[in-house]
Formats: sequence, structure tokens, C-alpha cells
Amino acid sequence: MIEEQLGRCVASWYPGATGVTGAAKLSGGASQETWTFDIVHPSGNVGAILRRAPPGYGASPGRAAGLDAEATLMQLAHDAGLPSPRVMHVLKPADELGRGFIMQRIEGETIARKILRDEQFARARPILARQLGRVIAGIHGLAPAKLPKLREMSATKEIADLEREYRSFDWPRPVFELALRWLRERDPGPSQQVTLVHGDFRHGNLIIGADGVRAVLDWELAHVGDPMEDLGWICVNSWRFGEIDKPVGGFGTREELFAGYEEAGRTVNPDRVMFWEVMGTLRWGIMCCGMMQRFRQGPDHSMERAMIGRRSSETEIDLLRLLAPRGKA
Amino acid sequence: MQDEPTPAELIKAVADFLRNEIAAEIKGHNAFKLRVGINALDLVTRQLALEQGSDAAEAARLKQLLGMDGALIELNRALCEKIANGEVDLQTPGLSEHLWQTTMDKLAVDQPNYASYKRELGNK
Repeated sequence: MIEEQLGRCVASWYPGATGVTGAAKLSGGASQETWTFDIVHPSGNVGAILRRAPPGYGASPGRAAGLDAEATLMQLAHDAGLPSPRVMHVLKPADELGRGFIMQRIEGETIARKILRDEQFARARPILARQLGRVIAGIHGLAPAKLPKLREMSATKEIADLEREYRSFDWPRPVFELALRWLRERDPGPSQQVTLVHGDFRHGNLIIGADGVRAVLDWELAHVGDPMEDLGWICVNSWRFGEIDKPVGGFGTREELFAGYEEAGRTVNPDRVMFWEVMGTLRWGIMCCGMMQRFRQGPDHSMERAMIGRRSSETEIDLLRLLAPRGKA
Repeated sequence: MQDEPTPAELIKAVADFLRNEIAAEIKGHNAFKLRVGINALDLVTRQLALEQGSDAAEAARLKQLLGMDGALIELNRALCEKIANGEVDLQTPGLSEHLWQTTMDKLAVDQPNYASYKRELGNK
């Protein structure tokens, strides 16, 4: 059924397209889905991705930038020469596909364990941290005037949001209290630089090929704020997948990441990056607790979500390693 | 009194059966879900074996730190309040050691293969 709708939609803007084939859902919660499909064309099929909120779902929840904003950001990134899929079409009511957009499909890998261990990425791993530094700098350099309307965040607001969410669970976690206290005491205040922040720049949202990074995905958490947040988030230990001595995604060093960032003409503030790494570690821990809440309250009763709840203790040991290190590591 | 076998023995028997006999026959997304399920059963087995001892030690440390008595969750709530309002911090004798031990005991149940935990086990 979705292939028929997609076929009609694609024919309306892709000259010569005769339909679509091979539509398959890649992921989807209740309110947002990702589909892969091929556009059938006499000169060869074209791989495409649909990202949408199905008909009947309105505004995006809470922190989400919204699908229209995501499409605009991806296109801006693509136009600026950053690794980003080209947006082919923004859905219209007449498409009857809900809200969202269709983009070019980029081949590559997003699964961290493969990127960190498979032979085919052996040449990419040593260059990735520096490359990603340049890409993040490019994102932070996108012209503010062209950006869609996004929420404005600061360290102070983020601490307050995390604290409110943690308190809502009503379950005591002394290590999280310690981290909240640490963050409040060291809140650097408003950032001198305020830029576009991707908000979820890490494994899973990066398509990697043998040659390095090919695309940045998932702009759902994009906002305007302190650019050092993105550099801190990608260093959070939870994204190192066991390679704990390589802080950037388990493949690189902070120095490489920072060098790439500064090559692109921007400046790193390492203390602020470290502050955001602590914030990010706590944030992931609180997100894990949130999964457990949804497991209890939600209709799907998913075992995976329940087990993610038991991963919040991983962030507690990582917070202690950051805030109260024992002896020499 | 409930009879034998114990819950831990029963769960371990089921987990071993799923791991050794069933896992190889399941493909695709269900194979992933089965692994998560086996991990959950293994976690429960570890908790049943370790929880009593670690909870008792945690409660003893908390009573010492806080100078009060109560159920484990109430002691933890009291500690949280004191950390939040700055009454205790990492300079307070015993706090860092307590948080480390409590966290290590959680990881021993939740995720004993987590790299940070394995590193810290050899780094006391």
C-alpha cells in the first residue's frame, strides 16, 4: 500500500519515474518511521529514504526539532558541502503520506561494533576523528539567518531539564545527584559563541564507509546553543563500545577531533567540552531511566527497553571515573 | 517454606537451554531479541546471587555515613538530599568510597562485561 502512495508521490516530482519498489520499514516508533525504497526509473533505479510521521500524527514531541526543520537542516548541510543526503522532496498534504520528507539513500554502515571491528573500516578508523571534527565545525558554521526555527538551549537550561526529568522518576541515585551538583557548580553560563548544534552527533547517526564519514543523519535534536556540546557528546564513554581509551567514538583522540575542528577555522574550548561530556554522560543515563519508564507505562512491554533501564549504572561508573577518579587509570 | 530448586537454579537452567539449544536455530531480529532475553535471565541470576550481600553492606555504609537508620531506599533518599544541598560532597570522608563500592556492586549485576567496570576491577 505504501508503495502505491510512494509511487504516485514520486511520479509527481521525479521526471520519468514510473513507481517504487522494495519498500521496507527500517525503524519506527508510534509517531515516526523510516522507510527505504527504490525509485524505478528507465535509466536505473535510485535509492531513497522516507522519514515521516504517518497521517494522523501532528506536532513532534518535546525536544524534537520537527521533520520540516530536519529537512531544511539536511539540505543546508548538503548545500554547504557537508556529508549529508540530498533532500529530494518534502511531503505535501496531497501526497497522503503524512508529514516528512524523502531523501537520497547513502550506502554505508551505522552500527558501531562493525565500524570499530570490521576489516573494511580499518583505513577509515584512524582518520575519522579528525574528519568528524571538520564536519562538526562545518555544521556550527552554517549561516544562522538560513536556519529554521529551533529551540534555544544553554548549559543552565539543560541542567534544569535533566534535573526535572531525573526527579520525575522518583528513584534515588546518589551518583546522579553528585553529577547534577558538579554541573550546577561549574555551569559556565551563556556561551560566547552560539551556533547550530546537531544535538545527537554520535555512532548510529553517522554513515561510515571504507573512506570515512559519508553522511550525518538524524537532526531530530538539533537546536541553537553552545557548539562545544556536540564535541562533548561524541566523547561520552557510552559511544566508545568498549574501546574506552579512544574517547572519540572508540576510534580516535580528542586531540585529533579538536585539530579537525580548528582546521576548519573554529576554536575549541577543552574545558567546556569536558563539561558537556559530563553533562552528556548524565543525559544518557537519564535517557536509559526514561526507557525503563516507557517500558512500565507503554503498551509494548519491550524486553529491550527494560534492559536499557539496567544500563544507566554504566553511566554512573563513567561519571565516577570523570568526577572522582581512583588512583591512576 | 518453598521447596527446591531455587529460583536462581530454575532461571539458570532456562537461560542455559535457550543459549545452548535454541539460539543457533533462531534467525534475524528474533535472534537479537533472544540474546537480550538471555541477557535478562543472566542478570536476574546474578542479582539473586549478589543482591543480599551487597544491599546489607550498602545499608551498613549508609548508616555510618548518615548517622541514621532506615530502609535502604530511605537511606539512599537521605543521601541524595544531602548531596543535592551540599551537606556532603567528595571531601566528606567515606562518600567517594561508598559511591564507588555501590556502583561496582550494581555493575557486577547489570553489566559485568562493561569495559569501564573491568578496568576498575583491576584498579582498586
